Amino acid sequence: MLSIKNLHVSVDGKPILKGVNLEVKAGEVHAIMGPNGSGKSTLANVLAGHEHYEVTAGEVIYQGRDLLQLPPEERARQGMFLAFQYPVEIPGVSNIYLLKSALNAIRESQNLPELDAMDFLALVKDRMKLVEMPEELLYRSVNEGFSGGEKKRNEILQMAVLEPKLAILDETDSGLDIDALQVVARGVNVLRGPERAIILVTHYQRLLNYIEPDWVHVLVDGRIAKSGDKTLAYELEKHGYGWIAQESTPATV
Amino acid sequence: MNPNTAKETYLDAMGAAEKGLAGAPSWLRELRRSGAARFAEAGFPTTRDEAWKYTDVTPIVQAGFQSVAKGANGVDPARLDGFWFENLPSHRLVFVNGHYSEKLSTPGAWPEGVTVMSLAEALRDQAHRIEPYLGRCVPEKAHGFAALNTALFADGAFIHLGRGARLTWPIHLLYVTTGAGEPLLSQPRNLVVAEEDSQAVLIENYVAIGESVYFTNALTEVVVGPHALIEHYRLQEEGAQAFHIGGLHAHLDRDGRFTAHGIDLGGRLVRNDLRSVLDAEGAECQMNGLYVLGGRQHVDNHTHIDHAKPRGTSREFYKGVLDGRSRAVFHGRVIVRPDAQHTDAQQVNNNLLLSRDAEADTKPQLEIYADDVKCAHGATVGQLDPDALFYLRSRAVDETAARDLLTYAFARDVLSRLRLEPVRSQLERHLAAKLRVAALPQTQEVF
Repeated sequence: MLSIKNLHVSVDGKPILKGVNLEVKAGEVHAIMGPNGSGKSTLANVLAGHEHYEVTAGEVIYQGRDLLQLPPEERARQGMFLAFQYPVEIPGVSNIYLLKSALNAIRESQNLPELDAMDFLALVKDRMKLVEMPEELLYRSVNEGFSGGEKKRNEILQMAVLEPKLAILDETDSGLDIDALQVVARGVNVLRGPERAIILVTHYQRLLNYIEPDWVHVLVDGRIAKSGDKTLAYELEKHGYGWIAQESTPATV
Repeated sequence: MNPNTAKETYLDAMGAAEKGLAGAPSWLRELRRSGAARFAEAGFPTTRDEAWKYTDVTPIVQAGFQSVAKGANGVDPARLDGFWFENLPSHRLVFVNGHYSEKLSTPGAWPEGVTVMSLAEALRDQAHRIEPYLGRCVPEKAHGFAALNTALFADGAFIHLGRGARLTWPIHLLYVTTGAGEPLLSQPRNLVVAEEDSQAVLIENYVAIGESVYFTNALTEVVVGPHALIEHYRLQEEGAQAFHIGGLHAHLDRDGRFTAHGIDLGGRLVRNDLRSVLDAEGAECQMNGLYVLGGRQHVDNHTHIDHAKPRGTSREFYKGVLDGRSRAVFHGRVIVRPDAQHTDAQQVNNNLLLSRDAEADTKPQLEIYADDVKCAHGATVGQLDPDALFYLRSRAVDETAARDLLTYAFARDVLSRLRLEPVRSQLERHLAAKLRVAALPQTQEVF
């Protein structure tokens, strides 16, 4: 589904990603872990198409297409979804309006008719139960005045409504209490299926207690330094990231 | 026409007008004379005047605008249909090129204690009711345009709300200018007197039929009595080549409440002076403003809130969207006098620039001479939030739609403060049309 080859990315001229390789197949859940500043969020944002990040080398193929050539909205229409680490507040645009615009834009690109108001509302209300969000938040401006936990739930609600093929969660677990963490996990687990793939970007192993990954990758200094199955996450929890950094440092002559 | 010639021409007109005032009451002759004297002294403002630094009125002076007689350029009533608000029954008064049109107006029945009529007619038949108020809200050192209006206004609305009188319907004052080729000047003058405990909603609506170069020099005085409540809408949708200078001067008595909504969508060069004096305890003033500009439009809002007595509240909220080579000026002056303890004043002005060539100059000016007060202000000039744009795009909304959506949401924030729903929704449609976006549903509506 997603194939990242030798991806190099700079921000303001400073190299952040220095050759990332990653293969994600439909049905898989990948966890990308790593210390602060290793490039995890950069990877998530560059996949979603943020203009601030400059790709200097490498390629990303998503469902057979050159992802890097597509504007962010086209990526979303092709089934990609990024749950933001810091969801932005948009005063004056209601949550439900955004949900409807997004869903209908995606449906339109799939040659599906717009959902009528009744069906749409039924769908949204159904997904709201999943994230345990009060209905009142639907009619508020997007994320405006939301608590940190509400913002993250709102991201998961959008994901649950839009049903992406590839969902990328950028540190969705950070700053959440256990209840909210379980809500996020439930949202992800419901989405999980043979047609979809999920990339969890996280600093902590905690989330992986609730969502079992098929693969764990450790990103250190802009490269994937180590990959393994879920047991790798436990080792990281026990020993921290230091040992991998040492192990992966190329010998100098 | 050079500035001196223009000034002489208007002074000549004032001299001629004075001859026609032979039968008028002496106070009115004196008022006219004082306007002429002030105009002779001040002349037209120039960019050397601090208050006009960014607003150059040379094109107004050069065009040599002249007023026309009543009855010139007739209007077919059907042409006005689009100007009335849907689902909003109102008392409708129409002014064509500065003159009241009985034929086009449908004022309806007035409740007891309410007098609404043409100011020209009132000055003829009921001058004694006007004498105590007319000209009293305008500062002595008003600029030349205000003086020009005082010296030469022909007509406008006189609204008198007796003690306890309350209007259910708003009064909709429609000022229409008709394009007829000549550089036309219309100078409406309105006087609103709200006695103790009275209430009314007023809509001043400036529009054009046809495209022509004209100049509206309007001035409204509002006297808000004790516990009276006036909600005032100034909807400026003048023609694209129009010049508009507007003054709105309010005086608030004890616990009086005055709300002024000013929406500027039209006009080529626009200057509004909005002044409110909270001259007794517990007075409350709200000012909401929105300007949405494109092309080479220029809109200058000078607001002035004078907290003269204790426990007054003022809330000022102005927002602007600027595209093309447009320019906006906001100057918000708030004075808290030594007497005005426990004043609570807030002022906000936010400007959104959509183009590199647009410019906004914003200047809050708080002068606080009392020590126990709560005053806050904030002014911003910025662009669309790139993070918000990316967020919307990452949710499949295309870039143009995302920009339009954010812009519309920014501007609609002001319209959401308009209490009259039919006015709000019509303006939302006009706003959407101006921004070339489809009108969005209300935040509170499902869709």
